[in-house]
Amino acid sequence: MLEHELGHQPAWEQPLPQEPRTREQVEQFKEKKLLLDVREPGYMDDIVMRPAYTASPRLWIGFLLAGLGLVVLGATWLWQMVGGIGIYGIARPVMWSIYIVNFVYFIGIGHAGTFISAAFRAMKIQFRAPISRPAELLTVFGLTAAGLFPLIHLGRSWKAYFLIPYPNARQIWPSFHSPLVWDLMAISTYLSCSALFAYLSLLPDLAMARDRETRPGWRKRLYEITSLGFRGTQQEWHLHTVAMDVFTYAIIPVMFSVHTIVSWDFAMAIQPGWHSTVFGPYFVVGALFSGAAAVILILMIIRKYMHLEYFIRSEHMNGMAMFLLILSFTWAYFYFNDYLVPWYGQDPAEKVLSFQFARGPFPANVLWYLLLICNLALPWGLLWNRKWRTSPLVLTIVGISVNVGMYIERVLIITISLGVNQMPYDWGVYRLQLPEVLITTGAFCLVIFLFFLFSRFFPIIPVWEVKEGQEMHRLRQIGRAVVDTRVE
Amino acid sequence: MELNTHKWTMVIDQDRCTGCSACVIACHAENNVPIVDENQVWRGRGMHWIRIERYWEPDGQYVKARLLPVLCQQCDSAPCEPVCPVFATYHSERQNLNVQVYNRCVGTRYCSNNDPYKVRYFNFFPPQWDEPLNQQLNPDVTVRSAGVMEKCSFCVQRIARAEQAALAEGRQLDPSEVVPACVQTCPPSALLFGDLNDPNSQIASVLAGSKGRQYRLLEDLGTQPSVYYLKGGETNVGA
Repeated sequence: MLEHELGHQPAWEQPLPQEPRTREQVEQFKEKKLLLDVREPGYMDDIVMRPAYTASPRLWIGFLLAGLGLVVLGATWLWQMVGGIGIYGIARPVMWSIYIVNFVYFIGIGHAGTFISAAFRAMKIQFRAPISRPAELLTVFGLTAAGLFPLIHLGRSWKAYFLIPYPNARQIWPSFHSPLVWDLMAISTYLSCSALFAYLSLLPDLAMARDRETRPGWRKRLYEITSLGFRGTQQEWHLHTVAMDVFTYAIIPVMFSVHTIVSWDFAMAIQPGWHSTVFGPYFVVGALFSGAAAVILILMIIRKYMHLEYFIRSEHMNGMAMFLLILSFTWAYFYFNDYLVPWYGQDPAEKVLSFQFARGPFPANVLWYLLLICNLALPWGLLWNRKWRTSPLVLTIVGISVNVGMYIERVLIITISLGVNQMPYDWGVYRLQLPEVLITTGAFCLVIFLFFLFSRFFPIIPVWEVKEGQEMHRLRQIGRAVVDTRVE
Repeated sequence: MELNTHKWTMVIDQDRCTGCSACVIACHAENNVPIVDENQVWRGRGMHWIRIERYWEPDGQYVKARLLPVLCQQCDSAPCEPVCPVFATYHSERQNLNVQVYNRCVGTRYCSNNDPYKVRYFNFFPPQWDEPLNQQLNPDVTVRSAGVMEKCSFCVQRIARAEQAALAEGRQLDPSEVVPACVQTCPPSALLFGDLNDPNSQIASVLAGSKGRQYRLLEDLGTQPSVYYLKGGETNVGA
């Protein structure tokens, strides 16, 4: 196991060192670090491919429930198109509401995925290896759900193609002045980039699945087609690394720009509570914050139900939890900045808004205090201690609370802010109705359904990245100390 | 022949407004504005292209009423225009109007969010007129379908009709030929309409003679509205 003791045996057959103190240190390292805990070939492949080949009744029930949610989503949307969008709770002046909240929320949870897989990759952060695939999937599936909402929220959804610049007899193009058109461009770019990025990193694992599948049949053919004939030659790995690097550096600026553009849907407007120059970075941080929490939640779920304890260890939980805590601090900075500046300016409508958050009437104040508890009190109170940071229960609680908190944040920004404007005659409140509840539930079901579907066919942990990391890591003995070293 | 450009402008004298709401009714009749049922109005979905805003101010034992007829301000720099992704709302250069194209509208409702006057109305449901009201729809004005935004057009159909008549007769349009329904109906003549480019028009002389009372709604936002208000005194309402 130690570098200088490595003989011709493979790493998993290396005996532990004889000297007890060294042995203890090596054992501790192996337990703590995935990249040092090398196992025999096929061990990891078996773990990640197990969910694709075996299905428990619980999984089928989950499938069924998520599918039911999808049907409900479709049916409600149809109901809305036939009956008129009036069944949705909006009314003047709150013309945007839960659908746009969902849109921002799902794009937000899509952000951490790219950050973890691309930015962590660029920065060579090592605990990233096994969690990059779930994070990337969350990006792709989150964006899929997010992409539905601008369509669902339209008064005439069937005319949505007017936003696409297509050649037509009347020579009318979309208006490139409108933030909504920027949005369409940004999101379609981001969705295609992140889908390609996820596919690219899936390629070696698809080849693994193909080689592992011995029986001929549809499954074999599926893996043969999707793995594009990847055999793992030197040249293929080289091209793969180059392509991954290109995507890594290209997708990071795309990610930052996408949520900035989403924030411009609001910041470009003259609506009090929206018209703010800090919205760009504030939304990016908010997106990363909710996204990191969503990734943590997904990791805790797949770790438990797909039995991935070998891959997702306390080092990953600790790393993600610290990342989340830092994001919580950053988010708090932007959030209070966004209040302090308008408060100092004493704009009448902004004053009313701040007042509503602090004192009511009802939904605004309760939501605001809940937001502070979910986004600040819980992460700050629970994540300062390493023992709690590595507890799945604590992380699940914080993951849920930050997601709830960030959802509320968007509800406050969108529905409460819109209710207050420069003309006091036109103030109003939004009242939640059934259709948006059904459609929101359906959107969550869509993400869950896509995760289920993916896990039935493809490996949910990037095995090749873990193996690559394990090749790079060795333990060395310097004096009496055993240290973890890494070759580049 | 090219028609001259006009700067269609409205002047609203708050001293003259009695709050009778005849303008609202006239507008509904002229522009086929849907009539929304009571429950929907209660939820904030009422549709009136022009509305009388009443502001009550306590003043000792009396209550002061301030009446403010509000309609689309036809801004020169309209915040609702650039946000529309499909050019369903855009600026008509020749008429200086803020135009809404119903069959282009996809219903993002962004224009309403970015409209500081909140004078844009959304068709939440397909419009319905009870018998025999469906017989009196104005054939010059499109009936809007569900899911599109609509708003005051300064009775653009009347402007277009006068322009076409002038073109047919080979002459320039006389701005006094155009009168929107609300202005035509207003019993105390609180609403005046005309072309600000025409120095001899009634509104030009009214605006010249009322410098001290003039204001435009939320002028500090820089929207440059085409509706001028003349400040009124107080109307006291019983103790």
